[in-house]
Amino acid sequence: MADRGETRRGAAWRSAVREALGMPALVLFASYIGFGSLVSESGFGLLEGLVSTATSWALPGQVALVEMSAVGASVVAITLAVALTNARLMPMSVTLVPLLKRHRAPAWQTYALAHVIAVTSWANGLRRLPQIAEEDRMAWFFGYAGTLWLVTMLATAVGFFAAGLLPAPVTLGLVFLNPLYFLLLFAQDLRQRAKVLALAFGAVAGPLMHLVLPGYGLLVTGLAAGTAAFAVDLLLERRR
Amino acid sequence: MNDAAAVWGALVASAIVTYLPRALGVALAGRIDPNGLLFRWTACVAYALLSGLVVRMIVLPIGPLQATDLAARLIATATGLAAFALARGSLLWGAATGTLALVLLTALRFPAG
Repeated sequence: MADRGETRRGAAWRSAVREALGMPALVLFASYIGFGSLVSESGFGLLEGLVSTATSWALPGQVALVEMSAVGASVVAITLAVALTNARLMPMSVTLVPLLKRHRAPAWQTYALAHVIAVTSWANGLRRLPQIAEEDRMAWFFGYAGTLWLVTMLATAVGFFAAGLLPAPVTLGLVFLNPLYFLLLFAQDLRQRAKVLALAFGAVAGPLMHLVLPGYGLLVTGLAAGTAAFAVDLLLERRR
Repeated sequence: MNDAAAVWGALVASAIVTYLPRALGVALAGRIDPNGLLFRWTACVAYALLSGLVVRMIVLPIGPLQATDLAARLIATATGLAAFALARGSLLWGAATGTLALVLLTALRFPAG
């Protein structure tokens, strides 16, 4: 029955909103407060920050964009670096979409939902979607990721205004949240050798390349240190 | 090109290159192996790039963090990692403790703050 289907879908959606509003929202709220403060302290406007959060919704690329703009990197260098940090969204989308697809759903719905695939929504989607009736999965994911999207928009604005109002050390603490948050994300995910190698090579190359090539240092770091990590990992794998 | 045009150009280009892999994933789902060599390489590149950015932001900040001491940033980072480990991998505890450490260490130099 259509009515019962809709009621059930509503229940899936409401459950998703409640799940999102726990720890996931809290962590993302904190990290996007950091981003809002960084935007404000780097001399950009609130509109730029909100547009970045709304249209990208992937924090690493957003932080790279602000930081690279601040060193005067060219639009081409920024775009390439953002593209490289976000290429990982493709395999994430490839693994999540089969769980999401509903037989009679128009394709545009899946393409629209793809915009809100990011680390948190992806990881929790992979975990939760298989437990939800196929018909209700899109509603669940829309409720879950949509709620987090709104939370990050709010946090971007809160961080932006907080940076101007709070005492200087507190504002600096909020800006410091950006690198610290990513460092902790890395620490959470050290099981794969390739990732550990990439983190180590990148950590050494990042500051060095920045000194040699301020505008393109990040791009060179990603390509050179990342390829080196990939190659060493393959070599170690083949040797066994 | 003036600064505003460059910033908006970068914003629009970033939005496109961020949505593109998501859409490609929808189009190619079921037809490509997400654990293939190409994706393993892109994951390495993304990790190295981000790691480079994060360490550079802590060791050689270019923006507002220049107003803080290197020692304060390093101690705050270590404090955040220690709290993270003690709280069994809690991002929130790690981030809150590390941030608080930087605020306190920096406040000692900003008596008027």
